[in-house]
Amino acid sequence: MTANERHQYVASGCATGGILSETGDVVPGQRIADLMAAMHERSNGLGGGFAGYGIYPEMADYYAFHVMYDRDDYRAEVERLLAAATFLVRSERVYTRATRGIGPAPEMWRYFLQVPPASLDGLDEQDYVVRLVMRINRELRGSWVVSCGKNMGVFKGVGYPEDIANFFRLEDYRGYQWIAHGRFPTNTVAWWGGAHPFSLLDWAIVHNGEISSYGINRRYVEMYGYNCTLRTDTEVLVYLVDLLIRRQKLPWRLLYAVLAPPFWEQIERMTQPGKRRLYTAVRQVYGSAMANGPFSLIIAHSGGMIGLADRAKLRPLVAARVGDVFLLASEESAIRCVAPAPDAIWSPKAGFPAEGVLRQREAAA
Amino acid sequence: MAGTMTTVDARGLHYRDLNQRLLELVRQGQRHLRVENVLGQRYIGTGLPPAGLELQGTPGEDLAAFMDGSIIRVFGNVQNAVGNTMNSGRVIVHGSAGDVLGHSMRGGEIWIRGNAGYRVGIHMKASASSSPAIVVGGTAGDFLGEYMAGGTLVVLGLGCEGSERLIGNWIGTGMHGGAIFIRGGVQDYRLGRGATRADCDAADLALLSRQVVLYCEEFGLDPQEVLSAPFAKLTPVTSRPYHRLYASSVGEL
Amino acid sequence: MRNYLLPDFLVRAGDGCTGCGRCVRECSFHVLEMAGGRPKANHARCVACRRCVTFCPTGALRVLANDTAYRQNPYWPAWLRQDLMRQAQTGGMLLAGSGNDLPYSSLWDHLLLDASQVTNPSIDPLREPMEVITFLGRKPSELSVSVAEDGELCLDTEVPPQLRLELPIVFGAMSLGAVNLNVHRILAAAARDAGTLWNCGEGGLHEELYEYGENTIVQVASGRFGVHTRYLEQAAAIEIKMGQGAKPGIGGHLPGEKVTSDIASTRMIPEGADALSPAPHHDIYSIEDLAQLIGALKQATHDSKPIGVKIAAVHHVAAIASGAVRAGADFLTIDGFRGGTGAAPKVIRNHVGIPIELALAAVDDRLRQEGIRNQVTLIASGGIRCSADMVKAVALGADAVAIGTAALVSLGCTLCQACHTGRCAWGITTQEASLSARQDVAEGTERLANLLHAWDAELKEMLGALGINAVESLRGNRERLRALGVDAEALSILGVQTAGRE
Repeated sequence: MTANERHQYVASGCATGGILSETGDVVPGQRIADLMAAMHERSNGLGGGFAGYGIYPEMADYYAFHVMYDRDDYRAEVERLLAAATFLVRSERVYTRATRGIGPAPEMWRYFLQVPPASLDGLDEQDYVVRLVMRINRELRGSWVVSCGKNMGVFKGVGYPEDIANFFRLEDYRGYQWIAHGRFPTNTVAWWGGAHPFSLLDWAIVHNGEISSYGINRRYVEMYGYNCTLRTDTEVLVYLVDLLIRRQKLPWRLLYAVLAPPFWEQIERMTQPGKRRLYTAVRQVYGSAMANGPFSLIIAHSGGMIGLADRAKLRPLVAARVGDVFLLASEESAIRCVAPAPDAIWSPKAGFPAEGVLRQREAAA
Repeated sequence: MAGTMTTVDARGLHYRDLNQRLLELVRQGQRHLRVENVLGQRYIGTGLPPAGLELQGTPGEDLAAFMDGSIIRVFGNVQNAVGNTMNSGRVIVHGSAGDVLGHSMRGGEIWIRGNAGYRVGIHMKASASSSPAIVVGGTAGDFLGEYMAGGTLVVLGLGCEGSERLIGNWIGTGMHGGAIFIRGGVQDYRLGRGATRADCDAADLALLSRQVVLYCEEFGLDPQEVLSAPFAKLTPVTSRPYHRLYASSVGEL
Repeated sequence: MRNYLLPDFLVRAGDGCTGCGRCVRECSFHVLEMAGGRPKANHARCVACRRCVTFCPTGALRVLANDTAYRQNPYWPAWLRQDLMRQAQTGGMLLAGSGNDLPYSSLWDHLLLDASQVTNPSIDPLREPMEVITFLGRKPSELSVSVAEDGELCLDTEVPPQLRLELPIVFGAMSLGAVNLNVHRILAAAARDAGTLWNCGEGGLHEELYEYGENTIVQVASGRFGVHTRYLEQAAAIEIKMGQGAKPGIGGHLPGEKVTSDIASTRMIPEGADALSPAPHHDIYSIEDLAQLIGALKQATHDSKPIGVKIAAVHHVAAIASGAVRAGADFLTIDGFRGGTGAAPKVIRNHVGIPIELALAAVDDRLRQEGIRNQVTLIASGGIRCSADMVKAVALGADAVAIGTAALVSLGCTLCQACHTGRCAWGITTQEASLSARQDVAEGTERLANLLHAWDAELKEMLGALGINAVESLRGNRERLRALGVDAEALSILGVQTAGRE
């Protein structure tokens, strides 16, 4: 990657959506595609993507690596590394179908693997996987890891989301949770790796907005071994979530306060001194992790998903519930397209999440 | 309602086609239109000669943007940017509204039965002949009436009296005209820089009553009950909120 | 608090002074008064607008820089030391008018034009037709044509609305409030006479000027001043103002002093109130919101006219431009950091934004890389000073340029940077009736028409020298430019080679 490429990041505006069956029942891939198709106006066809959870139930104990290759020749190098660093159980090309509106596509391959305990060398297994992914993205030409979690996977590329869904034959996948994104980027040549969701381990994030603090957010996560290589500001958010929740074990409530912190005047008005001290410390310590700029986000993991809007609520986000199904979208009409009569429909308050929680334990990664 | 009502089924229609159809009908002389199965179509009411529309469903973004004179009644929720730079007319929502309601509104009324989101009534303006009004029946979020230059903003908080959720923060930041009325009062810390409390005089109460009575009539509410609670009135501190911020870099200090 | 500042200028009446008092009447800054038959000056008030000097019948008056010595310090220049003192004495942000005056390098002054010679003949514009007509509007990438029964060709493609400019120059946006109604009358009339467009800026359009609608671009800015149905309907084009070169990223405050009753009614705000244009449009926080507003305006005007966007030249201008085009913009004005203003914080004016030369080159390249260059008309603005700057801008890729400062200088402006005081002695950036009257509409119209006529002639001379007889052949033709003393990276962005290279 040239110096120019490294510093060039692509901002974008967009559409986001998510569907979770809180009882772990199947949500067909077509349903999330329909939700996104209803918001066609918000994208411009230069990016669309999905993350599905619970889609590989028979291989649920293995890390499912989705890797994209600009050219087939780059694949050998990556597979050599995977074979050396992991125990590869199965490799296969992700099947696609020719779709109008989807141009020449990189190949995507799927690898199910385990980490041999002997390879760990004292490292935590998930840290090991993260390092491996960073290495591939950083060092190996024309290849990038699109997702690497267990029993989940990301499908994304250059095209409207409904066309990407058709391209990857999303109707064949049966998961209990999907998040999705339609992009309006301002990039040059189409870049498959720049579409959302961005994913690491079992995290997946879709994002509407632009992170004006990206430059410092990136340098902050780089201190902890993450490399931003995918030329899109959203990438840094996944690494922040992994760092703060998985590695530093911050409670979720504090993550929201890091990304979308209360204003100083709000902290001053807090009546409990303990609370004031806590939030002051959060701002003092995690200032470089604040995501400044308008945003609405959906953060998904194997246990559920969270919708969050920035503290000035500059991007739209609507949440809904129908029976045991939890939905999120940028527009209410999109939700009503797939769920015409929700039991509840609301807009989350700025800086506060709307959460869907999977009630079944077994589905956790 | 005088005249017959023509029904249009919006199911599956792109907003261009739906709006084109509505324009054709109005130009042919159909002044009362009922649109069913509205789901996400944008700009309904924009560029339409004055007519009466009844919408069933969920209209998309920018409902009544730049609108001139039509009356639109919605049976459902509405999304963002309703009444964007609206000139005149009325939008009535039997449901809730999203964010950026009535941005730069110049005249006419918007009545929401339920809640409204953030950034309601930004930069509303009035003239000698035209003063816009927004009435929200439920709650409203942060940045209400930011940069308000004229007109009337009313938040009733019906059903959530005394609740934290009733109204947000930074109300009336940069306000330099117009008035905001909040039923049940508002804490000082919620006022933005530029807004201050004022007393409700007889003229204010008359203005408020007028809007509230019409609003209640539409939604089948009791105006006496609504008006029985005290209202806080917010007005600009000054018409020159940023006066002291600057100094000249040339000439005498 | 004690005043530690010394006057910037000294006003002196020399031997030729006859005590006529003309200078006292001309000065709008209350610098001069008659004392003992001669003008006496309160020097601190002088902003060096040169009005008094210009109108002194005997040429006796001089305005001199007050060079009472500071110890020289290039890191702490005199003006900077003065600014610190002003801030210490007021606590305010320092306001200034017109454009960036710091000595950043000007790329126009490092670019040279080719001439045809020997191997390829030049063209004499006095003898042969030289075509500079330019069309503003989104163009399709190809035409579809069919053959009718009679063998004639028929155009099947519907070309979106196009506006014809007789030459590739438009007047840049200057709001009613920043300038006065007389200046608007002049711009409108001159635009009509010259067959081009003027832009009424963000302060609304006076009803009197609706008759010039065919030559008027109206703006929809964050304050949405004066934006009503007739405003949109009578215009030739609508421009959404997202930014301005002089003050990228910030809003505008038209001081209450300048909000007279006319301004107040045009803008629909209380008389005497500050007119606030918020920093972002409060309904545009992401690119798809811009697309939404463009869509709303197209719907409101039934797709009858070009809808454009004006942006400031900033770091990611290429990406922003691409987004704006994909959001539906039919024309795009890019305003570089030298752009003027009626009032902006000096620190923003001087330190925020990038040069139009680089921004234009980057945007033109990006749009071509993405295959969408035809979808938008590019207007370059921000310090276009002369016809040579214009020609170089067209060569870099602009369809047309917009001039603001150059037009005002033609009307008498001397770039004294006191626009924000509302006391412009030349009657340009003031709302005061007696001062505004100094801009005679007929004479001002003639001045601007003269300017455009002169630039048109110079444009044709330069085109002829280049061996080109139609401006389309210069547009984006970077090959006809060479650079002198420009660093490698800038050369690469400009897509221009160093002089001497073939």
